[in-house]
Amino acid sequence: MSQTVISPASVGGPTKREITTQPRVSDRVFAGIVTSGALSSLVILGLIFFFLTFQGFSVLRTQGFRFITGSNWQVVQDAAGNFDPKATQFGIGAMLIGTVLSALIAIVVAVPISILSALFLNFFAPPFLKKIMVAVVDLMAAFPSILFGLWGFFILMPSAEYWAKLLHHFLGFIPLFQVDPPIYTRSPFIAGLVLAIMVIPIVTSVAREVFSQTPPDRIQAAYALGATRWSMIRAVVLPYGRSGVIGGAMLGLGRAMGETVAVYTVLNVVYQVNWHVLLGAGGNVASMILLKFGEAGPEEIKALMAAGLILFVLTLAVNSLADLIVRRSGGKGR
Amino acid sequence: MTEKQVVRPQKPWQSSPRERFNSGLVLLAGLLTSYVIVAITPMKGKLAYFSLFFLAFTIYDFTFHYFTRGMALAKDAIARAFVALGITLAVAPIISILATVFIRGYKGIHLSLFTKDMKLNSVSDPVNQGGLLHALTGTGILVLVALIISVPLGILTAIYMTEIKGRFVRPIKFLVQAMSGVPSIVAGLFILSAIVYPITKSYSGFVGALALSILMIPTIARTSEEVLLLIPNDLREAGVALGGTQWRTVAMVVVPAAKSGLVTAMILGIARIAGETAPVLLLTGGGDSVNGNPFSGPMGSLPFYIWKAYAVGTAESVTRAWAGILILLVIVLMLFISARVLSERRTSK
Amino acid sequence: MTTQPLTSSLGEVAKNRFESKIASTQVQGIGLEARGIHAWFGDRMVLEDLSLDFWSGTVTALIGPSGCGKSTFIRTLNRMHEFIPGAAMAGQVLLNGQDVYAPGTDVTKIRLKIGMVFQKPNPFPSMTISENVLAGLKLAQLKVENKDDLLEECLERAGLWTEVKDRLGAYGGSLSGGQQQRLCIARSLAVRPEVLLMDEPCSSLDPGSTLKIEETISHLSSTMTIIIVTHNMQQAARVSDYTAFFLSEGGPGKMVEVGPTGEIFSRPKDKRTENYVTGRFG
Repeated sequence: MSQTVISPASVGGPTKREITTQPRVSDRVFAGIVTSGALSSLVILGLIFFFLTFQGFSVLRTQGFRFITGSNWQVVQDAAGNFDPKATQFGIGAMLIGTVLSALIAIVVAVPISILSALFLNFFAPPFLKKIMVAVVDLMAAFPSILFGLWGFFILMPSAEYWAKLLHHFLGFIPLFQVDPPIYTRSPFIAGLVLAIMVIPIVTSVAREVFSQTPPDRIQAAYALGATRWSMIRAVVLPYGRSGVIGGAMLGLGRAMGETVAVYTVLNVVYQVNWHVLLGAGGNVASMILLKFGEAGPEEIKALMAAGLILFVLTLAVNSLADLIVRRSGGKGR
Repeated sequence: MTEKQVVRPQKPWQSSPRERFNSGLVLLAGLLTSYVIVAITPMKGKLAYFSLFFLAFTIYDFTFHYFTRGMALAKDAIARAFVALGITLAVAPIISILATVFIRGYKGIHLSLFTKDMKLNSVSDPVNQGGLLHALTGTGILVLVALIISVPLGILTAIYMTEIKGRFVRPIKFLVQAMSGVPSIVAGLFILSAIVYPITKSYSGFVGALALSILMIPTIARTSEEVLLLIPNDLREAGVALGGTQWRTVAMVVVPAAKSGLVTAMILGIARIAGETAPVLLLTGGGDSVNGNPFSGPMGSLPFYIWKAYAVGTAESVTRAWAGILILLVIVLMLFISARVLSERRTSK
Repeated sequence: MTTQPLTSSLGEVAKNRFESKIASTQVQGIGLEARGIHAWFGDRMVLEDLSLDFWSGTVTALIGPSGCGKSTFIRTLNRMHEFIPGAAMAGQVLLNGQDVYAPGTDVTKIRLKIGMVFQKPNPFPSMTISENVLAGLKLAQLKVENKDDLLEECLERAGLWTEVKDRLGAYGGSLSGGQQQRLCIARSLAVRPEVLLMDEPCSSLDPGSTLKIEETISHLSSTMTIIIVTHNMQQAARVSDYTAFFLSEGGPGKMVEVGPTGEIFSRPKDKRTENYVTGRFG
């Protein structure tokens, strides 16, 4: 079925015919099935938000803003042994700080290494080495987190403890690097290092991708002007890839904030605010959920659901921002 | 025909033997310096060797280039040293991880791992007793159920983005990306709150697989999308021009052409979830005996076994944990290599 | 442009130009020599045994159908050829008697002396107009006394000064295609090259911009050696003093004939050259 629509305004010139087709039934069914399948991501994300809110709502209501800012986690029962919602305190502030702290350490360590690696792979490595190294880095991204956790605990920890002591020795005057009492094992610093190792492959592969899209005519222009490899990279590659690398770093940040098992194995999860990155205490929201889950009563479970909701929203925000930045950087000149 | 002199292709831009000899000398000087400094000062250990060597090498290389070639190339030499440092630091952990797992896990490997479960043993028993059969079958069942759920949804998402190209392509791309960032513990909590507490009220392999699907769908969707985008458009047009409906074109032309790529997507999806620990800890209950029924009873799995053995902390149980990790790593390695081989074969065609 | 490229008229254009040029400037000697250049991509030989002298203060045009190795040839001259994976070469390129491929040669110095302008204008989009012109100094880490003078001089020589002098702080991408290309020429001039290679500099430009670029080339040619690859025979006739005709007959590209532009267009010695310049193929 097709028809020509002549609007009065366009009588003077040729009119565009409207192309209409009647899709076959099979195609409509097909499109319907595919579209509904594709909407599964929306449905799942929506359901996650809905159910975590649903389960955690009562806790969020009684605790209010204190849930995010507070640093106490105490379940109080009244004389009869019943749960007392008024006196009970659920506050994940300490763990939120731990989440951000360990993830930031990871990013501070991982991003320079990743940028250098990506530059090496794109501009310095001979082809055979590049192929091997790219495979190795990608393989690392596929490693399960429990592997990083165990390796971090048994292998990295002794060395990292020594590095932490060195840091304390030379930079101890900075409040961030103070350690008191002198417990250097299982600190946010070491957890941050393990997380850094986990996010290096992610950030590296984003950076490599972005750098490899640098327009070749600009690279050639720089070389034709007598640039060395390094001055070419500084003048052409880094300005081009900057926002993409920032997005990649944020993707890594999102991953580091949501990591559970690796942090749990490496870090000494203690429920306290700890800004001293070298001191062996702290935690992050995800590892706390795992820790408390085992012996949690029904009310505490609700609080954990609420904590999960906060973590979900936080990682979603960071990831979305990262995605926007990475996508916006693609194709544009600067 | 006149006699013609044969001219050989040359690459005069490659470094000459003399240049290579010079850089070898610089390298040697760096090594020697770090050795001497470690020998005569209180600085000790691998870290000292490594950082001193790097510092000494960079300074020597810089000086050498500065005097022979000038400032611009000297800076280039520094940049080269630093990117080499970067890739070394990125790759060193993986080498350490692989070596550790093979050395430590190797002691715990024996044949009965694949024939026995832990029904009659505890993880602190001598390592040659009991086995991993329950964990292997458990992980297999979890992966299978997760595949059954995720493959249709993931591939439909990819088909929507490449074939239907409806209004929601951009938002769905965005959502898939967002979904891939969902922390695994959140996926576990979600299934707890949505399925376990209101409906099933018990742990099982099935609910664990549901949580794993949430992590698997984005991986499959994104890889499949990339694969389908590589299918040339004329193939689609040929299908439609022959009078095929879109449904038939996709089912009979596009998907078969992308078959090996879609298999790669599945393999990568499996690799993503096979070692996922947090949701398994929350949801599956982790039994010690072989359980073939995903809908009832606790379901063991490799990550759960490793976790449990690690948490107990005796010498035997830790050896078991490393053995479990070794098997998990070998599985992930095999999946990864087969995905590589498949996609290599596809792109070379 | 006319659709019937009559040999005689093109030859006339070129001849007049050549004679007036020879009268006005004295040719200073050989600036750049290519001796027995071969080039390969992987196992495939794309250029065979090419020897050609470029005189200082002249413009040499390289003409020929697509795929005959013109671009590859000029890329061997300033060592841009080696960026292509699998590339190899043989032969010598002498700049003032020194082989640019000699072991231990600093390749960045070579590229400073032999500048290059590409097919598509490629100013650095993250830099302003003035930063673009002076980019070469920064990239090669050269020091210059008075940057403002150099900036004005280069833009002047590239014929762009009057158009951009009021907006030197604007980004390079804000210029029109033709202006961008002249900006790229100005950028090449800032490092004071002895030779300027131009790889089809007008192929992505409109006729008006093309004319401007050709004027710029004429102005520059008295002070430096210019080598221009072009598909456009009229352009070769208008701007060049010498013309070399390249051809690939299935195998590697070879140079069929070289001579003063007027002769190539009016009395070519080789039948294939005649066929090409009269528009019978290519």
